[in-house]
Amino acid sequence: MEFSQGFTAAAYVIASILFILALGGLSNQESAKRSVWYGVAGMAIAILATLYGPGSVNALLFLPLLAVGGVFGLYVASRVQMTEMPQLVAAMHSLVGLVAVFIAIGTHIEALPHYTGAQLAIHKVEIMLGAFIGAVTFTGSIVAFGKLAGRIDGKALLLPSRHMINLAMLVASGVLLVVYVITGQLWLVLLVTVIAFALGAHLVMAIGGADMPVVVSMLNSYSGWAAAATGFMLGNDLLIVVGALVGASGAILSYIMCRAMNRSFISVILGGFGNTTGPAMEIAGEQVAIDAEGVAAALNDAESVIIVPGYGMAVAQAQQAVSELTRKLRARGKTVRFAIHPVAGRLPGHMNVLLAEAKVPYDIVLEMDEINADFPSTDVVIVIGSNDIVNPAAQEDPNSPIAGMPVLEVWKAKQVIVSKRGQGTGYSGIENPLFYKENTRMFFGDAKKSLDSLLPMIG
Amino acid sequence: MKIGTPKETAEGEARVAMTPDSAIQIRKLGHECLIETGAGLAAGFDDAAYEAAGVRVLRTAAALWKEADVVAKVRPPTEAEAKRLREGQTLISFFWPAQNEALLETCRRMGATTIAMDMVPRISRAQKMDALSSMANIAGYRAVIEAAGNFGRFLTGQVTAAGKVPPAQVLVVGAGVAGLAAIGTAVSLGAVVHAFDVRPEVAEQIESMGASFVFLEFEPTQDGAATGGYAAPSSPEFREKQLARFRELAPGMDIVITTALIPGRPAPKLWTEDMVAMMKPGSVIVDLAAERGGNCDLTVPDQKIVTAGGVTIIGYTDFPSRMATQASALYATNIRHFLADLTPKKDGTIVHDMEDDVIRGATVTHAGAVTFPPPPPKVQAIAAAKPRPKAEAAPPPDPVAVERARGRRQIAMIVVGAVLLGLLGLYAPGEFMQHMIVFSLAVFVGFQVIWNVSHSLHTPLMAITNAISSIVVVGAILQTGSLSWFVTLLAALCVVMTGINIFGGFAVTRRMLMMFKRS
Repeated sequence: MEFSQGFTAAAYVIASILFILALGGLSNQESAKRSVWYGVAGMAIAILATLYGPGSVNALLFLPLLAVGGVFGLYVASRVQMTEMPQLVAAMHSLVGLVAVFIAIGTHIEALPHYTGAQLAIHKVEIMLGAFIGAVTFTGSIVAFGKLAGRIDGKALLLPSRHMINLAMLVASGVLLVVYVITGQLWLVLLVTVIAFALGAHLVMAIGGADMPVVVSMLNSYSGWAAAATGFMLGNDLLIVVGALVGASGAILSYIMCRAMNRSFISVILGGFGNTTGPAMEIAGEQVAIDAEGVAAALNDAESVIIVPGYGMAVAQAQQAVSELTRKLRARGKTVRFAIHPVAGRLPGHMNVLLAEAKVPYDIVLEMDEINADFPSTDVVIVIGSNDIVNPAAQEDPNSPIAGMPVLEVWKAKQVIVSKRGQGTGYSGIENPLFYKENTRMFFGDAKKSLDSLLPMIG
Repeated sequence: MKIGTPKETAEGEARVAMTPDSAIQIRKLGHECLIETGAGLAAGFDDAAYEAAGVRVLRTAAALWKEADVVAKVRPPTEAEAKRLREGQTLISFFWPAQNEALLETCRRMGATTIAMDMVPRISRAQKMDALSSMANIAGYRAVIEAAGNFGRFLTGQVTAAGKVPPAQVLVVGAGVAGLAAIGTAVSLGAVVHAFDVRPEVAEQIESMGASFVFLEFEPTQDGAATGGYAAPSSPEFREKQLARFRELAPGMDIVITTALIPGRPAPKLWTEDMVAMMKPGSVIVDLAAERGGNCDLTVPDQKIVTAGGVTIIGYTDFPSRMATQASALYATNIRHFLADLTPKKDGTIVHDMEDDVIRGATVTHAGAVTFPPPPPKVQAIAAAKPRPKAEAAPPPDPVAVERARGRRQIAMIVVGAVLLGLLGLYAPGEFMQHMIVFSLAVFVGFQVIWNVSHSLHTPLMAITNAISSIVVVGAILQTGSLSWFVTLLAALCVVMTGINIFGGFAVTRRMLMMFKRS
């Protein structure tokens, strides 16, 4: 059985629509549950239409291989911890990147002889672009994976004259592209791929841990553009549409993350922190510690509580304890809400997923803009493992490296309790005046252990 | 060390510097506690209660002064008491060193260390020892209670079958600790409370207590925070403005509570005779500044008077003592915290660390020398309120102009994009341009769709885009049928990898989405 070209095209249109619906459905939690099935249906239609569409296809080879990959994918998906989502997403991006590279090489061998003239030149550019973007995505994602999984040091690696190195690699790739368009030699594609591998790794190495949400969404975007480039290469509109959707999605996520940190996309991507313009403001006062009993007393007296989770909660795997605390406090008739900063965690929306996993109802989990005005009327704010996103220096100290970054105004609450491992600074290495404020108490210790010791005292 | 508390000798003083509760805590620091018999009686603590707390009761004041290493009391010592001090002994009490120079000299001569509870610096760390605030809090509360007791009406408004009662109008002048406590008490009794303070930055605190801030049109000249959170004297023009405002308010007020004090000066006269005359008969004025001459012209310290116009003016100076049980409990706790700071190792040894801001600030004589006034503390009391930028809200930009600018930018971008695409179209083959159309439209659709994605679903969004970007599998499929073994091999690898992504991506997305539950 073989479908006609027209029928395959129709199937592609349907698949594209399903994919758009899948993304659009994510606008709220309830419709989101349908989204996955739209996506699955779209993918199935696309694959079937291609398998039985025009073109020589080896279905006998294809299906078992897909099954092998699928089983492994399902296994990983069912085993992964929600705190490890950032790593998983990064690892998956790398696969898309590598596939794009392989297809580019395959296309060069397979399809190039069929074209002439302007078409041939355009085609060569497409192959080169596919290989380049794919390769950058591949190594970039691998490095991001390593950093997120803690296998590579999370600190930014800042080589001297790193901008020049990046620029040199870009220029070299451009020159090789021109040579390739003229000569059409395969080794040029391979060479550019190698250069792009180095470029991707180097770009991400230079970006510190706190900027990881931007990096991951940027790689998400790249993987989309890589797919789109493959689509151009193969003259396949479905790939172009889906690639563009994914590319746009990643680009918007990156933009949202950057805006949440008040930094330009370029400065994040090129690595290193923004320049400071003067000495940081002196911090007066001292950190006042509090023990579990004190925290319990404060919580028992409070009417309204806001919890601000950060990466520290993920590291300590404290989301279950947080959820239990929330349940107990709510059972006693207190208002408990969560305030999520857009860049909390290492992945956009990371905190939401962790809280959802621990069965915290999503309608009490609010975004920064929704809740920032409510802090002055709140009795107790508990900050769990977040630092920069609650740093008042962003508003008070024009010389702070994070000056102007929108932050959660927790210090306006009547009392703030900060659960923190030790007295160190956050990922960005900036002192946090919040810890020295009069209404702040420091609850030192591992977040999970601290909360577990606190739980029996509530009620 | 032996910590002892004698009976207060001042007439009418009912407070005591040690309670059974505080004694238990002090003993935990490794100290022994002594008390003069009957010292706590007026505050509601009898000797048996002290004994039960492990305090040794001594018969006479003389024995106590002789035996105790640290004497803790409430009022400044009398000259006779001061003469009982000896070298190495420590006295902790209110002292008012600025007003009591002769007494200070006596203490120095006797070689004792004197700690003035009224000199504890106002920094966050020392709040637990801030006896002035504890006492002011009580005074503010009691002032309202006294006023209510002398006021012939309800404080709260009521509509009853027997007629309608309007709520009492209360004005609190000076929103320090006492003023804020008075506001809180009056509000909770149901009165309508107005409050005034020369420090504009306390408006927020006043409003947080439920009173309305009496606003005065005046250029702020002083920053109250720079004087350690206390008010400073104000300029004559400011004073005139202030009095004029009070004159406007006076006829409508039922209860006026004045708490205005400036450290080290007589109380400012803020409620003049003519204002009293304007008030309705039956109104009550409570002057918490009576000890320093009073904020009201007619105040007689320690007395309650009724003017010819029927206005009651209360000038008691012993409000904390009128609530002796509460006042003693708080004061004893302040003392206990100070002792805890003096006993850093909790081993019953007192270490008088003159490097410590709090201890240094409160110590007025030490090692045979007068150590008053102290140097300014290293830590500033309250962060100075930043002057608000003059033009806080720049006039909102004209929406039409904004939209026009945005339109111009958009048109510029469209033109640039069109030119670039046009150039591309001149050279590129038609088929490529077909794909370009699809690509551009898809990008636009993508932007529109993704903007609507809820922030909390960004992680699932990444996972699902990941899965669908594996659509590159279509490219791999088309290459599996290649004649070149190398291409087939690459394609096979691609299929395996995309298989991981497709199944893994969708599965993990679904797992995440199923976790989101409504409460």
